[in-house]
Amino acid sequence: MAYTEEELKKELETKEYEYGFYTDIESDTFPVGLNEDIVRAISKKKEEPEWMTDWRLEAFRVWKEMEEPEWANVKYKKPDFQAISYYSAPSKKPKYDSLDEVDPELLDTFKKLGISLDEQKKLAGVAVDVVMDSVSVATTFKKTLAEKGIIFCSISEAIREYPELVKKYIGTVVPRKDNFYAALNSAVFSDGSFCYIPKGVRCPMELSTYFRINQAGTGQFERTLVIADEGSYVSYLEGCTAPMRDENQLHAAVVELIALDDAEIKYSTVQNWFPGDKEGKGGVFNFVTKRGICETNAKISWTQVETGSAVTWKYPSCVLKGDNSIGEFYSIAVTNNYQQADTGTKMIHLGRNTKSTIISKGISAGKSQNSYRGLVQINGRAENARNFSQCDSLLMGNECGAHTFPYIEAKNKTAQIEHEATTSKIGEDQIFYCNQRGIDTEKAIALIVNGFSKEVLNKLPMEFAVEAQKLLEISLEGSVG
Amino acid sequence: MDLKDKLVSSFMAFENTVDVNHPVHEVRSEAIKNFETLGFPSKKMESWKYTSLKSILKPQLSVFPKKETSLDYKDVKQYFIHEIESYKIVFVDGVYSSHLSETSHEGLDVCLMSAALSKPKYRLLIENYFNKIAVKDGLTSLNTAFSKEGAFINIPRGVVVEKPIQILHFTTGVESSLLTQPRNLVVVGENAHVQIIERHQSLTDNPTFTNCVTEIFANKRGIVDYYKIQNDRDEASLIDNTYISQQRNSHVSVHTFSLGGKLTRNNLQFFQKGEYLDSTLKGVTITDKKQHVDHSTLVHHAQPNCESHQDYKGIYADKSTGVFNGQIIVEKEAQKTNGFQQSNNILLDDTATINAKPQLEIFADDVRCSHGCTIGQLDDEALLYLRSRGIPKKEATALLMFGFANNVLESVKIPQLKQRITKLIASKLGVNLGFDL
Repeated sequence: MAYTEEELKKELETKEYEYGFYTDIESDTFPVGLNEDIVRAISKKKEEPEWMTDWRLEAFRVWKEMEEPEWANVKYKKPDFQAISYYSAPSKKPKYDSLDEVDPELLDTFKKLGISLDEQKKLAGVAVDVVMDSVSVATTFKKTLAEKGIIFCSISEAIREYPELVKKYIGTVVPRKDNFYAALNSAVFSDGSFCYIPKGVRCPMELSTYFRINQAGTGQFERTLVIADEGSYVSYLEGCTAPMRDENQLHAAVVELIALDDAEIKYSTVQNWFPGDKEGKGGVFNFVTKRGICETNAKISWTQVETGSAVTWKYPSCVLKGDNSIGEFYSIAVTNNYQQADTGTKMIHLGRNTKSTIISKGISAGKSQNSYRGLVQINGRAENARNFSQCDSLLMGNECGAHTFPYIEAKNKTAQIEHEATTSKIGEDQIFYCNQRGIDTEKAIALIVNGFSKEVLNKLPMEFAVEAQKLLEISLEGSVG
Repeated sequence: MDLKDKLVSSFMAFENTVDVNHPVHEVRSEAIKNFETLGFPSKKMESWKYTSLKSILKPQLSVFPKKETSLDYKDVKQYFIHEIESYKIVFVDGVYSSHLSETSHEGLDVCLMSAALSKPKYRLLIENYFNKIAVKDGLTSLNTAFSKEGAFINIPRGVVVEKPIQILHFTTGVESSLLTQPRNLVVVGENAHVQIIERHQSLTDNPTFTNCVTEIFANKRGIVDYYKIQNDRDEASLIDNTYISQQRNSHVSVHTFSLGGKLTRNNLQFFQKGEYLDSTLKGVTITDKKQHVDHSTLVHHAQPNCESHQDYKGIYADKSTGVFNGQIIVEKEAQKTNGFQQSNNILLDDTATINAKPQLEIFADDVRCSHGCTIGQLDDEALLYLRSRGIPKKEATALLMFGFANNVLESVKIPQLKQRITKLIASKLGVNLGFDL
């Protein structure tokens, strides 16, 4: 008897979140709620200088005046911002010299995720700045990086050690007033990563951070700042998985990329937070603001694989300010069960001869809703700007939805913009073709989905591509319509 | 008193001029309430993000024409497609002009909305169709509230109308603050076939504002070809709302040629209510000066095995702005849908702007939907090719533009109309190609 569609569906529905476990580390958690005192307390806890505290308070005041945005094509119960604890850090916080000293329980967690530090170490040249909840607990390969003059540390450390750099760049790409969640993040960000590549340096390894939400009821407010000085190159990886939780968790991160003249930043994300169970209960709310600014001849490339989160609201963007700068966006967004994703990008062309490429692949299964929302804006001064966008959606089953909302605004006659979008399903003939050749239906689907997403998977660094492929299979296997 | 309040209060005066006991009046009363709540659209609304009505919503606007203006045929002959036999329904400042018109009740009804609303024999039709698919947004509600006059076309089953029907709305601009709100209803029976040409034309350079609503019902296997010519003067503004409901196996196509006018907004919405039907939306937009043309289309696929084709070409010069907002919704039930949307745009000047938002919202899995949107300029090499063969730059540019728009032009089924549109485009581009395309 052949493997039927029904069976596949059933199997998919009963597929529980594989990474749902909880690491029992004592945490140092703040009382719930948010007010100026909490903001001050966070700042104090992080031993921040006064300007930073003021910066946070200003953001908090702005945030209080703002309203939660409602335009996205997602429906969810709004989080109660007064019912969240805004700070949580593992309380055992020794400064490790080597991995052996790290809390074994923590190491175990990473082993279960298949991203143990040992393995990471073996995988040629990956430095991992592990963020467990909010505070960096282990940073490896720091020495190698230091020799090149590369700064790679947690943002709180950077605020203490390199205040002039942080002060100069923080909030320049994503201003505090940018949007509701960016303002919130600016006020309460607990930790995150900071990276600075000096002039003309090519970062010898992939920089990588694994974020992980661990403590129940803890909001995660990461702040990442990557600065690539003139002529430098860096490839930055960010990966996320979260343990199973019943209540919705909020994640409002801000990522700022600054690519100065001739610099190149490649930013890759694999996101696999808990998407909620098959009834749509629980799951992480992911409201992220990611933006990069390109100076002359600079290039920023965003690659993302989104398989988790109950609600995703994320638009990694590029401001192509300098002439000849390039922005790229490659994305795979997979939604299953009751997941909702509203994701895409913004390409703002300001400089001459700027180029942008958008490749977005959306895969929706179960009762999920997957939206692409993008903006391509060519300003009057952006002579010879060029954009190519492609949004493909794959639907599995007739209870899910795929939506495309591209905004295209051109104010220059030399602009060349192409946008195309298609929607399709996995053809029965394609499955049949594979079956004929002895490939079972499940493998066939994995094969076809992989082929569908190949353009994006190819853009991921090797270490990540393997993991991403695994994730795609977990999220999707069997869900063919 | 702002415009909204003024219009709401003029509704009472309006009630004195119509039969308040007719069932339609209930629809009107509801619509005015609706308008009172919704008001005029603002840029804060997603669907009006790129188009502002601020410049045309003047507080002195009034819905009542003060006097009747009559026109001589020779003065307006140029606006008719006079090369062919046709039925004609002509309005001047919203008032029916009998001597310019050529209506009929023989085997079909080509007549007036006012007649349809007053004669008992049309009561059933009106009850079944009037305001049944019009979306209840602010502007449409405003039109519904004051609906009184317009074209009423009823084609009984099996009738193939042998000549096209022309609907012409002239605005004289004698009263510059007149808001004209024609209301048209087209009912096409089973197996019936009709071709309709609609044109709004102002006759002076005074500012005019028209808020028009047309409802079209195509029953089983009905065929409707609808052509809209928008080549108005620089100060004329038009909001054209067209709602189309289609039954099984019907074919409806709407061609919109937007060449003139100050602000033109086309709300074109197709609701598919049967299987195996086909909707076609095509348009050519050529603008200059400070023109603003907005095409907002919606195709709502609610039944399986249907098709839709959208093809919009836009050429924007000078300080003009183009907006294309195309939406395709495919409901869960609408399996095997084939939805196609294409929007190609050319910017000729740096001061021109194009905003495009092609949207797909898909809830069914076995569908083929695609949309494409491009913004670019004329090919320099093609231009050089033509110029090296002795064709002056202006003519060469025009030729390329004709080529660009040809996909839409060639599907116009009335040859004389096609010729006329070609001429209109040629004069818009300021060229004489010396031959017919």
